[in-house]
Amino acid sequence: MKGHATFSNKLLPYLLVAPQIVVTSLFFVWPAAQAIYQSLLRSDPFGLHTKFVGLDNFRALFADPYYLGSIRLSFLFSGAVALTAISVSLLLAVMAHKPIRGARVYKTLLIWPYALAPAMAAVLWLFLFQPSIGILAQALQHAGIGWNYTLHGGQALLLVILASVWKQVSYNFIFFLAGLQAIPKSLIEAAKVDGATSRRAFWSVVFPLLAPTTFFLVVMNTVYAFFDTFGAIDALTKGGPGKATETMVYKLYVDGFKNFRLNSSAAQSVILMALVILLTAFQFRFIERRVHYV
Amino acid sequence: MTRRSRRPRNIGAHLVLLVGVAVLVFPVYMAFIGSTHDAATIGRGRLPLTPGSHLAENYVQAWVYGTGERVSGTPVRVMMANSLVMAIVIAVGKISVSLLAAYAVVFFRFPGRMFFFWLIFITLMLPLEVRIIPSYKVVSDFGLLNTLAGLTIPLMVSATGTLLFRQVFMTIPKELLDAAKIDGAGPMRCLWSIILPLGRPSIAALFVILFVYGWNQYLWPLLITTERNMDTIVIGIVKMLGTSESLMDWNLVMATTVMAMAVPIAVVILFQKWLVQGLVETEK
Repeated sequence: MKGHATFSNKLLPYLLVAPQIVVTSLFFVWPAAQAIYQSLLRSDPFGLHTKFVGLDNFRALFADPYYLGSIRLSFLFSGAVALTAISVSLLLAVMAHKPIRGARVYKTLLIWPYALAPAMAAVLWLFLFQPSIGILAQALQHAGIGWNYTLHGGQALLLVILASVWKQVSYNFIFFLAGLQAIPKSLIEAAKVDGATSRRAFWSVVFPLLAPTTFFLVVMNTVYAFFDTFGAIDALTKGGPGKATETMVYKLYVDGFKNFRLNSSAAQSVILMALVILLTAFQFRFIERRVHYV
Repeated sequence: MTRRSRRPRNIGAHLVLLVGVAVLVFPVYMAFIGSTHDAATIGRGRLPLTPGSHLAENYVQAWVYGTGERVSGTPVRVMMANSLVMAIVIAVGKISVSLLAAYAVVFFRFPGRMFFFWLIFITLMLPLEVRIIPSYKVVSDFGLLNTLAGLTIPLMVSATGTLLFRQVFMTIPKELLDAAKIDGAGPMRCLWSIILPLGRPSIAALFVILFVYGWNQYLWPLLITTERNMDTIVIGIVKMLGTSESLMDWNLVMATTVMAMAVPIAVVILFQKWLVQGLVETEK
């Protein structure tokens, strides 16, 4: 950023950053600080007495089998979403990158789901898998499978994963396609001249060059699965049946806004904050490395 | 490479792509089919795979009333207007706020500059969900529940926009602004007549991304708007899904769904080039 300063006004730069700083302070910094502060307190249900309890809220959470369950579920869920969405979109991107007829039409037809909210994706799949009216649910029942995701936790989780992956594939597709286009054709041709088959050329030349994109997408898909899928879960299962689809974010919402356990939910916020900071740090470490790589 | 060796591989590619497209399109196609039948046909669980004859009446009813015998909602035209306003205000607000901040950080030297930059930067690490209850409380303390300001202003800050504009601005040659300065142009004049035109492609790309982002907001509007006439379309549809989902006017829900999807999908397809550029640029 050196050598770019052009103007020497004293007040103007402060006025220019003011809107961003004011909103950031009011809606990011202050609430985050509040969450940390609240996570160290315990209030009685009427809010009459509040006392400092140190890390007790965190200790209580990590002793709570439901919270531990939601952690396990969140990691299982985001692992499944990220892995499936990334592999499917990599396959589609590699195919769409080939010099085939109608490649542009395919690209458009694979990109548009980016436009939909996870909650909308959930509504679309609900219509297909609703146990008594959904046509795919009916087909499953005819095939002798007792499909009712409102009763079976595993099915509910599967449905939320399906809707979340379906929506995310196009996002990953966009990045993989950009990554593929950035690879010089000469590299692949060189590998083929050396006698590599297409498959071999892909795994030994193309895939390693896509590694930065893949790592970036792993981080983005994990964040997506942790946070953005709230809408899909809320529309499809509301965390149920039982707690089969109650991820960490959904539990935070239920405890904060339905059960009014404010201190516990503040502690849950802090845990999620730590997680996002870890992920972001991971991502930036990797981007650093990409700078050296290219 | 001979002709023979190329052909079978391409058939494979077409097959994979066709299956992919089919899986993506099928749920949307069935939503459209659902929106063309009457509630009873769907309720029997025997939905045909071809369009029915109730298209016009379903769409008119959803658009004008939003309610049927067994589903109550706000008219789609109201919810679409709410979503449109929210999406545009968030997009324009976010772009303006981050453009001004990036302009200050790149072209001015002032005490606290790096501090401000890092303050903006840390917002990357604080998704709405991790600060949701205190943020809600701030909005409620300001008396902004059920207002457009409360709905949009807290979503207007993101580091992504500022970082993108910072990158774009740093590629603008310093000489260009020096020349303008010699001609007597002040900083605001330079912003308006030099920076903005040069930044137009990034602004357009960011607008598409943020419009979709705004249109698709879920958790925040769910908490901030409690009055039915402020429902956005995404919230409205989920609210329509009652507890006994089999006894619903699915035809109206699906007509609403199709209309709700049409706007952001049209934006993405029409501005596909900008969207792809913008996404890949912002994440650099």
